[in-house]
Amino acid sequence: MNIYVLLKKTFDTEEKIAVSGGVIEDDGAEFIINPYDEYAVEEAINQRDAHGGEVTVVTVGDEDSEKQLRTALAMGADKAVLINTEDDLEDGDQFTTAKVLEAFFADKEADLILAGNVAIDEASGQVGPRLASSLGISYVTTVTSLKIDGETVNIEKDVEGDVEIIETSLPLLVTCQQGLNDPRYPSLPGIMKAKKKPLEELEIDDLDLDEDDVEAKTRTTDIFLPPEKEAGRVLEGDVQDQVKELISLLKNEAKVL
Amino acid sequence: MGDTKEKIFKGGGFLVEDLTSDDVITPEDFTEEHKMIAKTTEDFVLGEVVPKIDNLENHEFEHSVDLLKKAGELGLLGADVPEDYGGLALDKISSSLITEKFSRAGGFSITHGAHVGIGSLPIVFFGNAEQKEKYLPKLATGELLAAYALTEPSSGSDALGAKTTAKLNKAGTHYILNGEKQWITNSAFADVFIVYAKIDGEHFSAFIVEREYPGVSTGAEEKKMGIKSSSTRTLVLEDAEVPVENLLGEKGRGHIIAFNILNVGRYKLAIGAVGGSKRGIELAVKYTNERKQFDTPISSFRLTQEKLATMAANTYANESAVYRTVGLFEQRMGALTEEQLKDGREVARAIAEYQIECSMNKFTATECLDYVVDEAVQLHGGYGFMQEYEVERLYRDSRINRIFEGTNEINRLIVPGTLLKKAMKGELPLLQQAQSLQEELMMMMPEEVGMEPLEQEKHLLRNAKKMVLLGAGLAAQKYMQKLENEQEILVNLADMTAEVYNMEAAILRTEKAIKKSGEAASKQKLLYTQVYAQEAFNRIEADAKETLIAVEEGDTLRMMLSSLRKLTRHTPTNVVAKKREIAAGIIEEEKYTV
Repeated sequence: MNIYVLLKKTFDTEEKIAVSGGVIEDDGAEFIINPYDEYAVEEAINQRDAHGGEVTVVTVGDEDSEKQLRTALAMGADKAVLINTEDDLEDGDQFTTAKVLEAFFADKEADLILAGNVAIDEASGQVGPRLASSLGISYVTTVTSLKIDGETVNIEKDVEGDVEIIETSLPLLVTCQQGLNDPRYPSLPGIMKAKKKPLEELEIDDLDLDEDDVEAKTRTTDIFLPPEKEAGRVLEGDVQDQVKELISLLKNEAKVL
Repeated sequence: MGDTKEKIFKGGGFLVEDLTSDDVITPEDFTEEHKMIAKTTEDFVLGEVVPKIDNLENHEFEHSVDLLKKAGELGLLGADVPEDYGGLALDKISSSLITEKFSRAGGFSITHGAHVGIGSLPIVFFGNAEQKEKYLPKLATGELLAAYALTEPSSGSDALGAKTTAKLNKAGTHYILNGEKQWITNSAFADVFIVYAKIDGEHFSAFIVEREYPGVSTGAEEKKMGIKSSSTRTLVLEDAEVPVENLLGEKGRGHIIAFNILNVGRYKLAIGAVGGSKRGIELAVKYTNERKQFDTPISSFRLTQEKLATMAANTYANESAVYRTVGLFEQRMGALTEEQLKDGREVARAIAEYQIECSMNKFTATECLDYVVDEAVQLHGGYGFMQEYEVERLYRDSRINRIFEGTNEINRLIVPGTLLKKAMKGELPLLQQAQSLQEELMMMMPEEVGMEPLEQEKHLLRNAKKMVLLGAGLAAQKYMQKLENEQEILVNLADMTAEVYNMEAAILRTEKAIKKSGEAASKQKLLYTQVYAQEAFNRIEADAKETLIAVEEGDTLRMMLSSLRKLTRHTPTNVVAKKREIAAGIIEEEKYTV
């Protein structure tokens, strides 16, 4: 089975976000594999181990994305592809990424493509579905269980806390939700082996794309941090008074009632 | 190893050599693999061990066994084990990073360290092929767990005074061991103990003793001040039957094994202490950013900032120094052939060359840690005294580090003792340099110090080295062979030497970083170095003065003090201002940052 994983690097969840001049500062920031994409990598490895085949991890990013690809290789993926857009593209959006990936997959025979449910930075959840639709294959988002038997695929999908059970078939794209699996730590032997695994680097030119073909459909007009959380207030007095005061505050101050 | 040239340096050689930044290995030279190994370790510790710390502190040691086996699956027990025996044979930087990241696990880091370090390494270094074949693959996976049994109720620092005996049985098949080994880490669950005993009451030797052998048992769990997550018991040997093939190394050569293992234990402890110091700073800065008094986060008070900055500057110097030592091992092992590298004894010898460095790292890093956790508790105020705060445990866990693997006092005495031995043997031109220094000082003119970054610190370093030589030279001249009785002076010399080593490590690391990434990106490193160098210099000056006063008197003393003044003449750095800048960086990042 030819298995592909779409992977994005994102800020480490421990990282403090600072905005200056309308741009998120990333100087010296630590990056990780988008946590939802980690579920995708783990699932890909498990499916390969169960059904045979090969796992290829693909990212659209810059030179530094190699680090996250190596981590996926260390977890157990077989090959990695870095589509480096650093020199060619200034700004991209979900359209851009999906378009680049569409070109990459044009000559591939993918049985299964796994992506994260969303990336924790921009959280659009669009790249997977867009890609599936342009490749003309089925897709299921937010999967929490994936069972493949021949061409038949049985899926459990998270629907806002409920479970939807779906039967579909390969080829297929799924996006992975928390609960699907428990991603492994890259083992030390895995890390040492990852050095020797193939990592191919491509530019959009190699995919016969021009800058114009992938020009973003959206424009970011502003970036700002959420307002700082203010100190809470503890209401006092007996319960009756507290309730009265709370209602009045919700009406007059918070204006939510 | 980055662009570092594979030069080889003599242990203690830094006192008489001028080094450049290319001569040292620094954390900035770590490769992507090193960082990935560190990350896996960190994720494992945070994800698996930290959630179990309360259980471990409660002596639920089934978790220790389980966690060690899980660590084994990830390769975290095999870094120092040769590939031929199921290990990974990683470089010493990798295994050091594993040690540093395990420090977050509190007492469990001691469990891990005792297994992979003092428990497994005697076999890695000194086992014969059969012993390695039998034990190492299982030690590397965690199928077998190891412990190290040297200390006895009546012999601690005087390890060779052990009373445990071994006697060959009549059939010549087994050694019969009798005695008690005290405070044995991992003893609740270890399958294999490295035990020292005297054959026929006189030949100090090492044995591999399995828990299952007849006559082997352990006592009750000790009640300790800290590192409660680790198991500590007495190992009792009552006519314990140990097969003859389990004699480790040669009969009567156990002290060689003990000596080598102590060196490893010491630098590893120092690395763990650096990891602990970083955690202490992080807890302190997070708390002081959060905690408000007088409507102000207490991290905005200058006095808080001074503490955070001093903690971090000391940590930086120690971090630089321990990885400098690891780099020395790497440089020396880099010159070994494939065959030699497979011979554990050669690896042990490469490490033993740096006995002085290992001892210095041990006492300065563990004292840095003790200082950091003490101030971290202080910055938490009353909350720091409460067990629900992690810093309370850090404080208790820290204290043992100054005691085990050779007390810090013993480690201090080793430094000048070994230096003088090397000087006597002609391995280091210490005495010659001390001699010419006395002449040089007579006509010494003040040195022009340039304005470039680190020039001032290098000037202080050069003169600090001279102060060590001055003190050591005078003391050696005056007391000759009886110097070993002058323990106060020896300790002064040890402290001065260690400060010099740390100062130089920080300077060269910062210089290397500036060369690689520029001054702006190395700002925090530069500040740490400026502060540490100045403060270390002040301490060295005080020690040198006290030493001279203790050794000489009258006119000679007056002359010597005037020489000392020539060496200490400088325009001091404004450490108050520098520390404010340092603190700003830490408060912003909410952790130790370089």
